[in-house]
Amino acid sequence: MTTAPADRPRPGPAVFAPWDEPDAVPLIQFKNVTKRFGDFTAIDDLTLDIYTREFFALLGPSGCGKTTMMRMLAGFETPTEGKILLSGQDIAPIPPNQRAVNMMFQSYALFPHLSVWENIAFGLKREGKDKDTIRARVDEMLRLTRLEKFASRKPHQISGGQRQRVALARSLAKAPKLLLLDEPLGALDKKLREETQFELMDIQEKTGTTFVIVTHDQEEAMTVASRVAVMDEGKLIQVATPPVIYEQPNSVYVADFIGDVTIFEGTVRKDGEHYRLDWAEGQPPLRVRSPASLRDGQTAYVAIRPEKVEIHHNRPDDHNVLRGKVVDIGYLGNLSTYHVELPGGRMIRAQNFNTERDTRQPFTWEDEVWVNWTETCGVLLER
Amino acid sequence: MRRFSWFNVTSLTFGFAFLYLPMVLLVIYSFNASKLVTVWAGFSTRWYGELLRDEQFMDAAWVTIRVALFSSTLATVLGTLAAVVMIRAGRFPGRTLFSGMIYAPLVMPEVITGLSLLLLFIGIGLDRGIFTVVLAHTTFAMCYVSVVVSSRLATFDTALEEAALDLGCSPFEAFRLVTLPIIAPAVISGWLLAFTLSLDDLVIASFTTGPSATTLPIQIFSSIRLGVSPQINALSSLLIGVVAIGVIAASLATKRRAVTQAREEQAAARVTG
Repeated sequence: MTTAPADRPRPGPAVFAPWDEPDAVPLIQFKNVTKRFGDFTAIDDLTLDIYTREFFALLGPSGCGKTTMMRMLAGFETPTEGKILLSGQDIAPIPPNQRAVNMMFQSYALFPHLSVWENIAFGLKREGKDKDTIRARVDEMLRLTRLEKFASRKPHQISGGQRQRVALARSLAKAPKLLLLDEPLGALDKKLREETQFELMDIQEKTGTTFVIVTHDQEEAMTVASRVAVMDEGKLIQVATPPVIYEQPNSVYVADFIGDVTIFEGTVRKDGEHYRLDWAEGQPPLRVRSPASLRDGQTAYVAIRPEKVEIHHNRPDDHNVLRGKVVDIGYLGNLSTYHVELPGGRMIRAQNFNTERDTRQPFTWEDEVWVNWTETCGVLLER
Repeated sequence: MRRFSWFNVTSLTFGFAFLYLPMVLLVIYSFNASKLVTVWAGFSTRWYGELLRDEQFMDAAWVTIRVALFSSTLATVLGTLAAVVMIRAGRFPGRTLFSGMIYAPLVMPEVITGLSLLLLFIGIGLDRGIFTVVLAHTTFAMCYVSVVVSSRLATFDTALEEAALDLGCSPFEAFRLVTLPIIAPAVISGWLLAFTLSLDDLVIASFTTGPSATTLPIQIFSSIRLGVSPQINALSSLLIGVVAIGVIAASLATKRRAVTQAREEQAAARVTG
């Protein structure tokens, strides 16, 4: 299980995917965990394994239970039913101050009366380490987070991005088995957030710590995580790597939550190697290839991402060709999104990369256009 | 310069006169050479000298200071604990009743507090003296402290305590190393409030004290009944002076801290751009 840092998820023979190895031992196991606050069920019979050195993201809207899961790992909440194991040991009876788990708080929770140095040293001092060890470790953390210049400052004397790094350094100082990050980048502006995401991944690789991050920002989860768990109402909807979550969502909920998508609802029928979805009167059925096995006549959905939809002036010779009218254009510089209205009022989004330096757009408002996508680009979903 | 209109200046003058004229008169007359309080006979510091030689007053002053020190310290400890429990315990049955009971002494007439304490002390056979006054003052000052401290705790980010626990503190260590240093200003101002309340309390002290422990307010009040002496004026002027210096020092310290903090934050913003 212990591998060199360079072996983390990179293409090549040593792909980091312990969840696919049958004999890999998980670091954290949620076993049928339920957590209720009075009548409210925050976590509903949830089972999940998280492996050593993973950067695991819990993603979902507010109130989906992701923060509760994190607080149970930290020890601030105990499960109502079920067990949480850390390295095979039930952690329910262990108080937060004795867990090999540290947390980076959403508000950072830096101690305002202590300097940056003392904040980072706080946990080490409580462990009763000797002075030289503490000094060496704090200096190492300051170097790792590039805070050497600010060691003697108080938290209110540094910027938001620096506070974020102090909070990270403080929670990493004790070299926990597991680091929990609660919306760690929520308070930063967009540009700083993007830089910090890569910094976080870098630090995670360097230290080899297992990270569990809670976020409601799907881009953030997709960028940093080795695996993403999409949650809703206390349940895991899908747990998979970012590309699988994006390209093979298991439900309309996940497809809709992650990225942009157009969803067609209709009745499905098997036709040779693929399925046909009848979604509107007088419209050609949609063709989609899918490994799923669905009954004929069953209600189903086809989800299609805008970047997989092509837009043409003339009718292309292909399957899944629909006629429509451009009603809206979103020009983002690198790409343009076209909102195309199909007969009957249905909208579909199509994205074009602006690969030429041409300030005139190939399509404009009210243009009659054709959109199409290949039969492998749509995703057939049961629910 | 509309701000200094005739109307504004007049109301300001009357307002301040209403507040401070009695005290100014008292201070002026404390330097009166005459034994008669209302007849001015030239400047003298004679009464201050006599005050320092008056054993009764000096004893009373010493008793008052001891009572104030002990009772305010005790009240601060108890009041802070009560505040922590009220804020942290969350919701439990009877919470409203419990918190109401902590704050009830604030609005209870002092006569009733004093009387009930007196009855209690007699009932359990406690000899009245400095100890009973300390207990009584602790009882009523404690709720003031808990009001001050709980208003600070209400805005305290509980994540700070959780962070301390997360970093290996026991709950008590988290309180001692993180919560207490952060709420210290509120605890100190609670202590100062309790100290002042104890210094100038007359009613409760009269009920709960015995012949062995006469506090300054009791001493002043009883000697007034024999006629206002210039010594009392001198004593009151001293008290006004002490309080004024304390208040001015406290506000200067607060202001300086705010200014330094603002400057440091600006400096930080410049560095980080």
